[in-house]
Amino acid sequence: MTALSQVSTRPPEPPVGEPVLDVRDLRMRYGTNDVLNGVTFTAAPGEVLALLGPNGAGKTTTIEILEGFRMRSAGEVRVLGVDPARGTEAWRARLGIVLQSWRDHGKWHVRELLAHLGSYYTEHRRPWDVDELIAAVGLTSHAHKRVGRLSGGQRRRLDVAIGIVGRPELLFLDEPTAGFDPEARREFHDLVHRLADESDTTILLTTHDLDEAEKLADRILILAGGTIIANGSAEALSREMSTDAEVRWTRDGQRYVHSTTEATKYVRELFAQYDDEIEDLEVRRASLEDTYMALLRKFEGSAR
Amino acid sequence: MTTTALRAGFQRGLIELRLSFTNAQDLWGYFFPSVVFLVVMTLMKGSVIPGTTFSRGSMTLPSLIGASVGFSGMINTMQQLTVEREDGTLLRAKALPHGMTGYLVGKIVLISGMTLVGIVLLIVPGLFLFDGLQLTAMTWVTLLWVLVLGLVATLPIGAVFGSLFENPRTMGVVMLPVMALVGTSGIFYPINALPDWVQGIAQVFPLYWLGLGMRSAFLPDAMAAVEIGQSWRTWETLGVLGTWAVAGLVLAPIVLRRMARRESGSTVAARREKALQRIPG
Repeated sequence: MTALSQVSTRPPEPPVGEPVLDVRDLRMRYGTNDVLNGVTFTAAPGEVLALLGPNGAGKTTTIEILEGFRMRSAGEVRVLGVDPARGTEAWRARLGIVLQSWRDHGKWHVRELLAHLGSYYTEHRRPWDVDELIAAVGLTSHAHKRVGRLSGGQRRRLDVAIGIVGRPELLFLDEPTAGFDPEARREFHDLVHRLADESDTTILLTTHDLDEAEKLADRILILAGGTIIANGSAEALSREMSTDAEVRWTRDGQRYVHSTTEATKYVRELFAQYDDEIEDLEVRRASLEDTYMALLRKFEGSAR
Repeated sequence: MTTTALRAGFQRGLIELRLSFTNAQDLWGYFFPSVVFLVVMTLMKGSVIPGTTFSRGSMTLPSLIGASVGFSGMINTMQQLTVEREDGTLLRAKALPHGMTGYLVGKIVLISGMTLVGIVLLIVPGLFLFDGLQLTAMTWVTLLWVLVLGLVATLPIGAVFGSLFENPRTMGVVMLPVMALVGTSGIFYPINALPDWVQGIAQVFPLYWLGLGMRSAFLPDAMAAVEIGQSWRTWETLGVLGTWAVAGLVLAPIVLRRMARRESGSTVAARREKALQRIPG
């Protein structure tokens, strides 16, 4: 499989109607320390956004302000058309928040807990059918287990189920797959794709896993030094940074590797020169990791 | 309206109460104090209240029922709040529409239920073990209002302390004065044997009045003679417990709201970090 097939399957759609998230010049200051100094971005309905950035860049602060759990210092914020600092309970019913559980509700049984938490939404919207939801997160065989007896990965899946039980229009995922094994991670990614594609849920996630961001997100936001330093699809960011693509091929049983910003042109020239002799051709676009590191280096360079 | 949240909260309380009967730790919490108290009272059976022929064991039973109500209402509420704030239960409630309302209703139902179970475990064996108790229709009427008013007076105090203390392991700071109060509130021995100033302090707090109210329910009227003012002082009981109830109901929502406002994913994560550091290895 070549890296080319990893390109996002869903091209970024043009924003339709009112944005789900509309953040303008968001600022947050703790004492004399500016954590956010002018964050601006929007999210269209159904879009999946990944918020990346080094530790301490303000990702969690940003998400908590949008969730209405933290007051901002300044800036305009609209979440589903409402200022989260003044969000009503009806507004809250439209949000889903996936929290990192630890040992809460340990005595409860999985199915009982989801049915209970779903019951809070009934006056606002129709919550998920409990058994369908349990099946969707792959916990059917654990439905009658006590929450405290679940493994780490199973608990995280329960966290996701709790986050989406009210069929949210907007879902916040803060480092959703931290501590997942590769299989659980793959299943989780499938679930996020289904939520975004089938239910048209807008999703904002933070992660340190760049591979995950590239797989899940329509658009990537990079937060550094309290501002968004990059905003676009993984492809667009890589183009913008004109990071090199890698061309690999075999000729006369020998492997060749060449880095270039103009892979297409290079490959055409390669065929013009050697034609049939070229085998096992592979063009690897710069990974998001390369782009991310390049962006951060550039940002740090200009900050100095 | 919030009827959905009230119903959800009520159900939450009942589910948690049922779950508390299904694990050893909670069951121990129900039975252990009852067994200890019953043993202590049985040992006191032989001695009499000074100036009467009435058994100290029989007198202590209603006093302890009252003290249990106050103790359970306050300590359980406090403990539940600090523990569930640390483990993130409260944050989950905050993420739901009207979730905090549901959470609080659930706690009130759970703690009322736990308190009721606790006193039933004292009353039922107590009635078989101790003589001289007076059981009329009025006994149960008095028991009911003292129980309800006692819970309304002490639950909010627990909620306030539970909001102020971040760390469940600092509970001892509150436990010590509460134990001292139990010792000076005429639970195990008539209060008028204590110095006047101690009596004065004890009468400010709900614990003394809960004991007195329960004694007025279960003891023959003649026993009022050994109380302060030779009376059950029913109106005073109503007045003091009612004052605590009103003060608590005004103060608790303010403190609870302030506490809940500060909860977020990162505050819970920070507490988790701290708690995990304490676990050796």
